[in-house]
Amino acid sequence: MKSFAYARPTNESETVNLLGSKWGHTALLAGGTDLMSLMQNRVSTPEVLVDINHVESLKTLQPTDEGLVIGALTSLDDLLDGEVLEQFPAVNQAVDGIQSIQIRSRGTIGGELCQRPRCWYFRNGYGLLGRDGERSLPLEGDNRYHAILGNQGPALFVSPSRLAPALIALNAQVRIIGPDMEDVLPLEYFFVTPRNETQTENVLLPNQLLTHVLIPPADNYVNATYEVVQLQGLDWPLAAASASLKIENGIVQEAKIVLGHVAPTPWVSSDAAQSLIGQPVTEETAQSAGDISVATATPLSRNGYKVQMARTAVKRAILRAAGLLEGGQESHV
Amino acid sequence: MATFQEQERSEYAWPSAKDRQIIGQRTTRIDGIYKTTGEAKYSSDLNPADLLHGRLLTSPYAHARITKINVDAAKKSKGVQGVYLFADAAVGSEIRWQGRELVAVAADTPEQAEDAIAAIEVEYEVLEHWVDEADVEGARAAGRANENEAQTAGDVDAGFAQADKIIEGHYGIPTITHCCWETHGSTCVWDGRSLTAYLSTQNVSGTPGQFTNGLTMKDVDIESTEVVCQYEGGGFGSKFAADTWGIAAAYLAHEAGRPVKLMLSRATELQVAGNRPSGYAEVKIGIKNDGKMVAWDSVHWGTSGVGGGGVSTGVTPYIFTPENTRRQQISISTNTGGARAWRAPNHPQGCALTQTAMEDAAAALGMDPIAFFKKNLDIVDRAQHPDAATVYAKELDIAADLIGWDQRWHPRGQGGGGAVKQGLGIALHSWGGGAHPSSCMLKIRPDGGVETYLGSQDIGTGTKTIIAMAIGETLGLPADAIKVNVGRSSYPVSGGSGGSTTVGGVSGSNRKAAVEARKELFAKVAPRLNASADQLEARNGEIRVQGTDRKLDWKQATGLLGVQPIEVMQTHRGDEPGLTARGVGGVQIADVSVDTETGIVRMNKYVAVQDVGTIIDLLTAESQVHGAVIMGIAFALTEEQIMDNATGRFINSDMVNYKLPRLGDIGEIIVHMIQPEDGEVGRAEHDRGVVGLGEPPVISPGAAISNAVANAIGVRVPTLPLTPDRVLAALEKGGDA
Repeated sequence: MKSFAYARPTNESETVNLLGSKWGHTALLAGGTDLMSLMQNRVSTPEVLVDINHVESLKTLQPTDEGLVIGALTSLDDLLDGEVLEQFPAVNQAVDGIQSIQIRSRGTIGGELCQRPRCWYFRNGYGLLGRDGERSLPLEGDNRYHAILGNQGPALFVSPSRLAPALIALNAQVRIIGPDMEDVLPLEYFFVTPRNETQTENVLLPNQLLTHVLIPPADNYVNATYEVVQLQGLDWPLAAASASLKIENGIVQEAKIVLGHVAPTPWVSSDAAQSLIGQPVTEETAQSAGDISVATATPLSRNGYKVQMARTAVKRAILRAAGLLEGGQESHV
Repeated sequence: MATFQEQERSEYAWPSAKDRQIIGQRTTRIDGIYKTTGEAKYSSDLNPADLLHGRLLTSPYAHARITKINVDAAKKSKGVQGVYLFADAAVGSEIRWQGRELVAVAADTPEQAEDAIAAIEVEYEVLEHWVDEADVEGARAAGRANENEAQTAGDVDAGFAQADKIIEGHYGIPTITHCCWETHGSTCVWDGRSLTAYLSTQNVSGTPGQFTNGLTMKDVDIESTEVVCQYEGGGFGSKFAADTWGIAAAYLAHEAGRPVKLMLSRATELQVAGNRPSGYAEVKIGIKNDGKMVAWDSVHWGTSGVGGGGVSTGVTPYIFTPENTRRQQISISTNTGGARAWRAPNHPQGCALTQTAMEDAAAALGMDPIAFFKKNLDIVDRAQHPDAATVYAKELDIAADLIGWDQRWHPRGQGGGGAVKQGLGIALHSWGGGAHPSSCMLKIRPDGGVETYLGSQDIGTGTKTIIAMAIGETLGLPADAIKVNVGRSSYPVSGGSGGSTTVGGVSGSNRKAAVEARKELFAKVAPRLNASADQLEARNGEIRVQGTDRKLDWKQATGLLGVQPIEVMQTHRGDEPGLTARGVGGVQIADVSVDTETGIVRMNKYVAVQDVGTIIDLLTAESQVHGAVIMGIAFALTEEQIMDNATGRFINSDMVNYKLPRLGDIGEIIVHMIQPEDGEVGRAEHDRGVVGLGEPPVISPGAAISNAVANAIGVRVPTLPLTPDRVLAALEKGGDA
């Protein structure tokens, strides 16, 4: 780990003033579960570490008329306490799927959304796009964990966030602050696909930070998440999906389907959602939505298997939202 | 039925089962409290005064030539107290695998050492690498394949000619590493010309000379080395050496005049500190309609690193050896770190390449695999165990009963109607495990204290506890009354912990020493009790005239020694009937669920039945089996070295993508040790002496779990680990089953 200066602001404006306008100059320390390993491997080498753990306004966890307001520093375990997520089983299931005790107790919702991709070329020092000169290493090399959708450009990593698909399915918004700015935008538009090495995987500039997440009320929506994850512990899903459905008289009126771990961003499948409208949720309609969600997939040399996983994740997320998949795969016999 | 041969029992043989006081019971580790509270200090925990922290610069390339190397900036870097160049840190050196050690730096803080490493200038001419161990055609084209002559027995062509059916299949088991939780390394401290190396090792008595010789070759004026290892966080066969980085730590400590700690990083640990050779094979088996195997033909390829190698075909076909066999090995040279002995070298791979093919043969005949295995028990290898067939037959029945085979087993592919299919799979294994040479010095002090000294090590298996129990059994004392001193090379020489030889070695030497010491004590006590020494017994903390109430308690008895303790030196050099023995067999059955829509395999239950001779501590013996099964689940389902062709890197050399099962991935494990109540086999097993157990139970899981998955989904997933991508690929491809 490279030596760094350490700053500990106590409010949002102090924090913003400490952040530099140059990429890589400063890093935000929240739970540190991702940042520490990036720094130990010298993938991240900030000059200044800005520890935001003493900024009280980031610790909100407050149901309001507009929805649930969650400060960026809220730990994943705190989200599971009490009944704040009662209307949002999709989020609850995503948090619950993070079975690493350390990440759940130290990790924050802000950090969960801003964690860097798990791409092994990135983590081995080849940059976010995994370039070695002109070569795209994920394209040429071992891409078993890389993107099957949204992978036509140079970015082939997958978005690592496990909460983002659920939050986007629920139309969550995020508050962002920076020098002389404050903005609230849909989480869906927070994530972007970089086109070159000077861009990152979200809209934040070096001197901006995500402060809060707002989940609007979901009383008319059933929702769920299904993750295909190999290990029951520290591990990231190979594919995941969240579904939010408005069902009246057994017929789907509105739907939002978001896939995770299949593209450089959380992947909203409007076609899959559209296919459910006017239909009852059945094994067949859910399967069909799953098929549609991956119809445009363009797998790389060795990640074709993820197409089948994504298809299944969508199907099961829909069935689970509709209460037709009790307890997950084990009982789905 | 065959029975164990009657042999004259050693005068040091263990008491018969009914007379045992503590051995065979479940005893918690005598050092358990120190481990769980953190009081136990591992090599990586040591922080002596003025400690310097060592870090390594290693090659990022799999194959390259060094064109420039300059360490001046590192030498001048803040806090740096020494810089050490390894043999390859020279212009012109050819680097042949990623992680090759180049420079070691010792600095006041770990961060300063890392900064200094980052300051080293190295330039490479990158050369073409070959890291694909599975692609035999590609390796041939790249000039990386070495074809060895086939080994044959019997007449293979005639064997296949008499077969009713010929089964062909492809099977593979990739390279995995040891992935020791405590990485390799040491803390080195000098006192004048004497070095103490606190080394994470499974070879306390065997490593001091490696330090002394290595340092002498570096012109260090050294008188002696003592190696110390009180606790070790895993070795599995990879920690027998001082290693180049051990010499570097000692050298840097010598030059700086301060202690140096140098433990490998996780990435370097995985890249260079040992791995298990890979094996891939095309297998052809000839069978009769009744299930008898009459011929075997296999072509193998794989690697042990840049020197080629691969899995020895000496253990293939594994255990079941038809009369007519042919095996050909193609050795592939890869730019990868070198192999080291990995828990039961060659056996897990041999088992995974053989008993999968056998299960496929059983499925092709529509035969229950247990019936198929039993049908072929007459061709099991008896080298380790003359009564192997009898033992396996018994174990197959016990294992089948414990898993509920009759209720749970179904023909292949009939694992249920939904997406999730259930299946059972079986495998069996064999191992030697005789005692290694071991010497100890045992003292009984006048104040009643009992202590033993030996240059052995407890690599996490419970060796200290079983030594205490062996002595306690002999002297009539509880295990926690015995002070066990191991882990120092200045103690009497005892073997390295390899080949499952430790329990036999150390229980043998300590049993002998305790028996001899007891004789001396009895000689002192006998006159006081008006008896002859041979009428005495040591039980329950007392020395008693057998069959009477004439007795002394332990302290009264040892008080008769006067001022001098009893001191006995004993060596156990080889197995003696009734004391230590060799040759064990085990049968394991896996029960899995496979989600055919995601390819994910979940362990439901795992049964491990093991014969192991006389058991000293039933609890640590069972723990060995649990640990082995978990390690086996790892290489069966999740764990593999992934070499990236694009970069030549071991691309998953970290703890996220080098996937090891977590607690929730293990399922239920049921361990059954063959015991006297298991009938004829059990009685004999229990009486023949102590046999090593560390390795055998790790052999079967690859084949057993692969067989269970094939049983569940109806097709063979040819290559381990059975990751979701491989399972889905096999399902998509379908099969003839």
